[in-house]
Amino acid sequence: MFSDDKSNDGSFLGNFWAKVAHGFSPAIIEGETCQIYHEGSNGVSIEIEKLNKSFGDHHVLKDIDLSIKPGETFSIIGPSGTGKSLLLKHIVKLIEADSGRIIINGHDIEDPEARNGSSDFRYSMVFQSSALFNSLTVGENVGLWLREKRICAEVRIRRIIQEKLRLVGLEGKEELRTSELSGGMKKRVAIARSLAMNPDLILYDEPTAELDPVTSDELARVIMSLKDKVKLTTIIVSHDLNFALYLSDRVAMMHDGKVIALGTPEEIKKSQNPIVRNFIYTTTKGIQGEGD
Amino acid sequence: MQILKPIGNSVLYVGQTVGEMIALLCEMLYFFKEAPRNLTSIFRQMSIVGIETLPIAMLVALFVGMVLSVQTGSELALYGTQEAIGAIVGLSMVKELGPVMTSLLVAGRVGSSMAAEIGAMQVYEEIDALKTLEINPVRYLAMPRLIACLFAVPALVAFAMVVGIIGGGIVAEVNPKIDVPFNVYYENMTRAINYKDIVKGLFKAMVFGGIIAHVGCYVGFKTSGGARGIGESTTRSVVLSFLLIMIANYLLTRFMI
Repeated sequence: MFSDDKSNDGSFLGNFWAKVAHGFSPAIIEGETCQIYHEGSNGVSIEIEKLNKSFGDHHVLKDIDLSIKPGETFSIIGPSGTGKSLLLKHIVKLIEADSGRIIINGHDIEDPEARNGSSDFRYSMVFQSSALFNSLTVGENVGLWLREKRICAEVRIRRIIQEKLRLVGLEGKEELRTSELSGGMKKRVAIARSLAMNPDLILYDEPTAELDPVTSDELARVIMSLKDKVKLTTIIVSHDLNFALYLSDRVAMMHDGKVIALGTPEEIKKSQNPIVRNFIYTTTKGIQGEGD
Repeated sequence: MQILKPIGNSVLYVGQTVGEMIALLCEMLYFFKEAPRNLTSIFRQMSIVGIETLPIAMLVALFVGMVLSVQTGSELALYGTQEAIGAIVGLSMVKELGPVMTSLLVAGRVGSSMAAEIGAMQVYEEIDALKTLEINPVRYLAMPRLIACLFAVPALVAFAMVVGIIGGGIVAEVNPKIDVPFNVYYENMTRAINYKDIVKGLFKAMVFGGIIAHVGCYVGFKTSGGARGIGESTTRSVVLSFLLIMIANYLLTRFMI
């Protein structure tokens, strides 16, 4: 009854419906322009310094130090329960650290004055569960940020939705309900939703979790193609080794709340650290036949 | 000292809950200024709270009015004062039963659903997703529900008052033990009820509506622990809403009498 996707054909009724659907705030933009919304993404640099987090007596993150370059695709691998996802949540400010700093583009993210003017950047996260909103269609999910921020005209928002869905191979699926999507499609919609923000930093939390190998490959191809088309910094948390090594410029391995190895995929494969070797050559999802 | 520890923990827990609920309420009230841009969501919630609850609320009100009439009317008939049944049913429905029964029904049906829906969003990371999309979950989810309840619950109660009174009137007319014609019932009722009683009843309903939305959203946001946590939140929201509605009912009645 109150779907946001009623078409605005420019008529009086169409305009009226658009205003009802999107509220009566004066921020509704006319024409095809977007405010604030810059078309290109710029990757951001990230410095993590001595980051610590405990829950009660359980010290989960222990003096994490990491440096990620602008435009880099960086993976964090490691067994479950080592604090990989928790580290991502610190970067997007869903959780506050006990001590340490996260510096993005030279500004501490906890500094309220950090995100202004030229230092402004956008980040987005693709969650393990996809976290799509069931009450919205695919198109409404993808366009949610644009509509809530009220920085684009409805015509332009529709075009952006189409464009982002095309990027992830879901062109023309705007009207589908999220309940009609497969696991892989949900992940791709979540990626499109993130891309609609034109983020400078995108974080993937276990993107291949609950996906079959074929769908994981499809997802890897989508992320690879985004690497070529969109210049943004990408952080992937995964325990799917092949996926992480295939996509990444650099990889960090976490174990027991610490970063125990850092390097290019080739360097990680050749690591002599017994924990790293044990993880990448003996797990069922690991690399077969290269360890000996 | 061992005895004091659980007592202290309980006091801290209650203090923390009250503090968090007040903070959430303040945040929801702060975002009222954003209501014009959330009209779609507010109307959608009003539809859920009001229109979808209307049939069952009417049915409950009808039978409450009928039961009230048959029980009270039979007793009054013993003393030949059954003509007062119109005033008794009318005042009961307008002052107490209409607002309280309907609000309890809405708390059970809608409040629990709010807690479950927001709880599921919390568990399945949708609330976190909203935050990363720079959308405040209180503005996006809680404020529209609060506004919807503040308006839809009094509207429901108004219908419930009318239907309950009609139900009482029907029983008074057709029950041979009572045998009060509808016009006598109606005149008696209109003489007893004044405009202020109706306003007070609707004001109570508005407060109860606020409690239902506030509790449903708070419990939803505090949900953790998967499917079991969602189930527990549903129960907790109903129990807490019932309790707060009863306390608020006493306080409002005490100060409005």
